[in-house]
Amino acid sequence: MTATLTKPPVDAPADPVRPRRERNAGGLLHWVATHAIGLALGLMFATPVVFVFLTAVMSDDQAFTADLWPREWHWENFVEVFDKAPLLRYLVNSLTYSLLATLGMLISSIPAAYALAKLRWRGRNVAFLLVIGAMMLPPQVVAVPLYDTWSSLGLTGTLWPLIVPYFLFDAFSIFLLRQFMLTIPQSYVDAARVDGCSEFQTLVRIIVPMAKPGIAATALFCFLFTWNDYFGPLLYTGEVKDQWTLSLALATFKGMHIVQWNSSMAVTFLTMIPAVVLFVFAQKSFVKGITFTGVKG
Amino acid sequence: MTATLGARPAPGRGRARARHRLAVLGFMAPALIGFVLFFGYPLVATVVFSFTKYDLINAPEFNGLDNYAFMLKDPLLTKAITNTLWFVVVLTIARTVFALGVASVIARLRSGVGLIRTLCYLPSLAPPVAATLVFFMVLRPNGGPVDSLLGVFGIDSPLWFSDPAWAKPGITAIMLWISGDLMIIILAAILDVPQEQYEAAELDGAGPIRRWWHVTLPTISPVLLFGVVNSVILALQLFTQAVVAGSAGSGAADATGSTKYLGFPDNSTLTFPVYLYTQGFRYFDMGYAAAMATVLFVISFAVTIVLVQRMRKNSTAEEGGPGA
Repeated sequence: MTATLTKPPVDAPADPVRPRRERNAGGLLHWVATHAIGLALGLMFATPVVFVFLTAVMSDDQAFTADLWPREWHWENFVEVFDKAPLLRYLVNSLTYSLLATLGMLISSIPAAYALAKLRWRGRNVAFLLVIGAMMLPPQVVAVPLYDTWSSLGLTGTLWPLIVPYFLFDAFSIFLLRQFMLTIPQSYVDAARVDGCSEFQTLVRIIVPMAKPGIAATALFCFLFTWNDYFGPLLYTGEVKDQWTLSLALATFKGMHIVQWNSSMAVTFLTMIPAVVLFVFAQKSFVKGITFTGVKG
Repeated sequence: MTATLGARPAPGRGRARARHRLAVLGFMAPALIGFVLFFGYPLVATVVFSFTKYDLINAPEFNGLDNYAFMLKDPLLTKAITNTLWFVVVLTIARTVFALGVASVIARLRSGVGLIRTLCYLPSLAPPVAATLVFFMVLRPNGGPVDSLLGVFGIDSPLWFSDPAWAKPGITAIMLWISGDLMIIILAAILDVPQEQYEAAELDGAGPIRRWWHVTLPTISPVLLFGVVNSVILALQLFTQAVVAGSAGSGAADATGSTKYLGFPDNSTLTFPVYLYTQGFRYFDMGYAAAMATVLFVISFAVTIVLVQRMRKNSTAEEGGPGA
């Protein structure tokens, strides 16, 4: 992980306020103090994961002690956890959920976001408010009737109740994509129309290529949200072990292997890897996407 | 409509308008169906279910206001509401202040910004289950890293997730560790404050702290309000960290098969959503769970209104401004 973190800053905010004053000794002192605090903060955020990693490679006995540094490096712990639980099965389930949901989200949300950002129609503002309302709604509010419906369809105990909704409606993705598309100048859309493009052609040929960074960010967030989801899988697949996702299994792993800190920390560490890998490859999209969620509607 | 279609020749207008409507309908159709199926219908159904007794097997049985009447005398619900209110107050304040503090420090850095920003942000991408277990390990009272560190100063570590008084602060610590997204949002807002404003304040003789207080804070206050609303919603929904902390703390053998661990220790982690889940999907008292869901809906709806109002005000204030 540490190797990935030394990547240089890519995005614009990396170059902050840079006043030209304070070249004297007081300025130097100030520089040292600020950077010491900054470094301490960075370490504070990183150390928990370092401890998790160090514990994961300890021997069974040592992981039980107060030692912070492994006496021997048991790399095989990362392999052995696959024997202690059907992690591959859970990995496949997690990937099924995350990849299909992301695919469905792209199919359903890009056109909706386009209609909300670039087309004018009566009811558009109301529709956007409904999207925001749905985004803010705690998932537990609608859980009872939805579980009831999926149960009567005989689909509880499978991943389908989690995946299907993404092929129709994902409020957060529509919101985020709309925010991105708003930044595309209207003149491009108008020019395409003058050239005789239909709305669909405008979307596919003009908007989608221009909104690629936004689409990438939205897909990343959708993938990670579903990968990290706990409530959904617990609700629908909690009783059916071979449908568990990694997040759900991880919560149980600690219970089943309570004494083995090294195993549970090895699995914990493994489940955190995809997010880090995605971040390394798409740092720019992440930061951009995050800032977009916080700006004006 | 007029702006986008005005350039078209007059004869084609009617047809163009019809095509335009068809396009909008086509683009919005999946979302419309999805909204009705997964939000519209269940919202109405939740309210309807809340007036019934329903166990998922036998048909729902109308029982008037019984579920709501029971709420008033349910000590566990009182406990759950108290716990969630605790998080709404403490977590909201702690998360906003913490994110603002970290962002303010990062904004002042001249070198290493990318590295430190990444370190602060990455934990927020970790699965909440994993983040909870990370803290469960780091904070463990018998020889965990924090325990060892406190030992150096001769302090006994609290029992954290085994102590009713410390479980909620423990969960708050997890939530702060994963608050990187809010930090990034606030950081972007701080870096967007026009440089001239700082220069003007400096000419007036304001030092760094007064510049931060009189220039930075007022300018980014809309983003801070977003942070507060966002944190309130997060606190109202708090589920995963509470369930996992409870199950890990109690050492439950099977985290999905038993209800004993929910709220462990001593119901101190029994948040409103956790209790709703317990009643609805462990005891299959769907009617009561629906009544709780209705209450949760009303509260989160009110919070959402605040956010929407703020966004409205903002977009009229900066009409046409760049979206950053």
